Amino acid sequence: MISYLIRRLLYSVPIALGVSLMIFMLVHLAPGDPISAIAPADAPPDVVERLRVDYGYDKPLPIQFGLWLGRAVTGDLGNSVASGQPVAAEVMSAVGNTILLSLCAAVFGFTLGAVLGFVAGYKQGRAMDKIATAIAVAGISVPHYWLGMVLVIVFSVQLNALPAVGMGPGGSNDWAWDWLHMRHLILPAITLAVIPIGIVMRTTRSAVAEILNQEFVQALRAKGLSERHVLGHVIRNVAPTVLAVMGLQLGYLLGGSILIETVFSWPGTGFLLNTAIFRRDIPMLQGTILVLALFFVFLNVVVDLIQTAVDPRIKRA
Amino acid sequence: MAETTLPGLVPDVPIASRGYWSSVFRRLSGDWTTILCLVVLLIIILSAVFAPWIAPADPYKTSVIRRLKDIGTPGFPLGTDELGRDMLSRLIHGGRLSLVMGITPVINALIIGSFLGIVAGFVGGKINMVIMRTVDVFYAFPSVLLAIAISGALGAGLVNSIVSLTIVFIPPITRVAESVTTSVRNLDFVEAARASGAGGFTIIRVHVLGNVLGPVFVFATGLISVSIILASGLSFLGLGVRPPEPEWGLMLNTLRQSIYVNPWVCALPGVMIFITSICFNLMSDGLRSAMDVRA
Repeated sequence: MISYLIRRLLYSVPIALGVSLMIFMLVHLAPGDPISAIAPADAPPDVVERLRVDYGYDKPLPIQFGLWLGRAVTGDLGNSVASGQPVAAEVMSAVGNTILLSLCAAVFGFTLGAVLGFVAGYKQGRAMDKIATAIAVAGISVPHYWLGMVLVIVFSVQLNALPAVGMGPGGSNDWAWDWLHMRHLILPAITLAVIPIGIVMRTTRSAVAEILNQEFVQALRAKGLSERHVLGHVIRNVAPTVLAVMGLQLGYLLGGSILIETVFSWPGTGFLLNTAIFRRDIPMLQGTILVLALFFVFLNVVVDLIQTAVDPRIKRA
Repeated sequence: MAETTLPGLVPDVPIASRGYWSSVFRRLSGDWTTILCLVVLLIIILSAVFAPWIAPADPYKTSVIRRLKDIGTPGFPLGTDELGRDMLSRLIHGGRLSLVMGITPVINALIIGSFLGIVAGFVGGKINMVIMRTVDVFYAFPSVLLAIAISGALGAGLVNSIVSLTIVFIPPITRVAESVTTSVRNLDFVEAARASGAGGFTIIRVHVLGNVLGPVFVFATGLISVSIILASGLSFLGLGVRPPEPEWGLMLNTLRQSIYVNPWVCALPGVMIFITSICFNLMSDGLRSAMDVRA
């Protein structure tokens, strides 16, 4: 297990490097001189030249990447073009809000998806299966930013029951686990939860159906085990597959939350990205995406490890 | 032709098995969900193509006095938007950009991704490693994030968002094409072709392509639904086309400010995205089971 852990971590190093390289290249994708993305638009030529040397843009690309990576590793993601503040600080404070929203959405979406999928797989072809499958298809196909708008229309505009924007009373950005703050979380979390419901449901359904078709289930029933205990065996066999998908979906939630945060003005990374795009703030764009992508790489390692831990059939020495 | 006219040689019961495509078609014709989705998609696509002739009004014509009229207002069956433009006409015209932005990236990615995947799978070795490890790096991004990252760096615009979505869809298609090619490459008929002296290019053209393109195509149709949601999502963020162009995602974005005035008119563009995407999804499921592929 330990040696597998080490090898898995080593394998993720080139991936993380590749991810960093791609994000580094974003500044060169941007039209025009890369320095124009960093310098203020009205900067005098000598300041631009000094910035170019400071940031190493006068050096060849591989050395530029090395310098950029070196700074990123030490936590220096550059300064925001728009606000002049260090990107790292702004990203870190926003990441917490995004993770809070994603985790709440994950708990809700994964539970609902797994339960629906289990029922659908267990009662294949019955009405429950058809209803659950319809929910899954709708969940996969719905543009979630629109669903967020519809929920706002119903619960905020028409019923006036829940707040439409922000994460606290009076636009405060400090989170607390009380009703005044939590009611701000309900609509965005439900909207975001719709993304994984369909995938988790489909995976669970097909995994349950496959296990139920195996001979050992018949053997369990034949020896007179109660249905409850049979289901226990099914759950234990389905868990690794479903957990793996859930882990990946958690990563997609972090990405998908960008649009949802825009709809609900949730002060997370999505909101930050949206502002960065609007102001063409490339360092901010790079920093936010780097943090989110590296988190996703890390999450993939964790998913693999959990899967190895819960599934004794995977022998990874 | 001559032999079929000989009465003695025509069997009473056709013993020849049906061709692949005719059995696919037969299975599709019994699948009402898929047919319904095809019809709906056909209506949406045709009305987008013929938008200038179908739309009752000019989608760009603004009017200060008739802003945000209700659905069912005489003369404006689906109401008007925040600048007084006819919603029905804008929704019909909006299909043009939304469908182009949603479908083009998948077609581009289908061509580039199958090429890369087939080369990687067929040649193997170092080339396979380079292509597939690069694909792994792209997989380290959630797709929405990747699309927004590239679009955000390139800047807003129709071409830029098509480019960024193409880049998003190349890796998954490459993976599918590579895995199918690898499994086909070692089958007996490829060995036989190689033994009889066929070159690599001939083997790919005659034996590999036919077996790989089916599954890859079905997989790609499943991506169209994601692509349409993502493309409109980019416009929703202000990364797609610019106002005043009618595009469903952009319309949602600009109408978002008006949900307190006339909520249901503001939700209409999303309904179009939803219907289109769900139809593509169900059609892809139907094709998958009719063509009997597991991809």
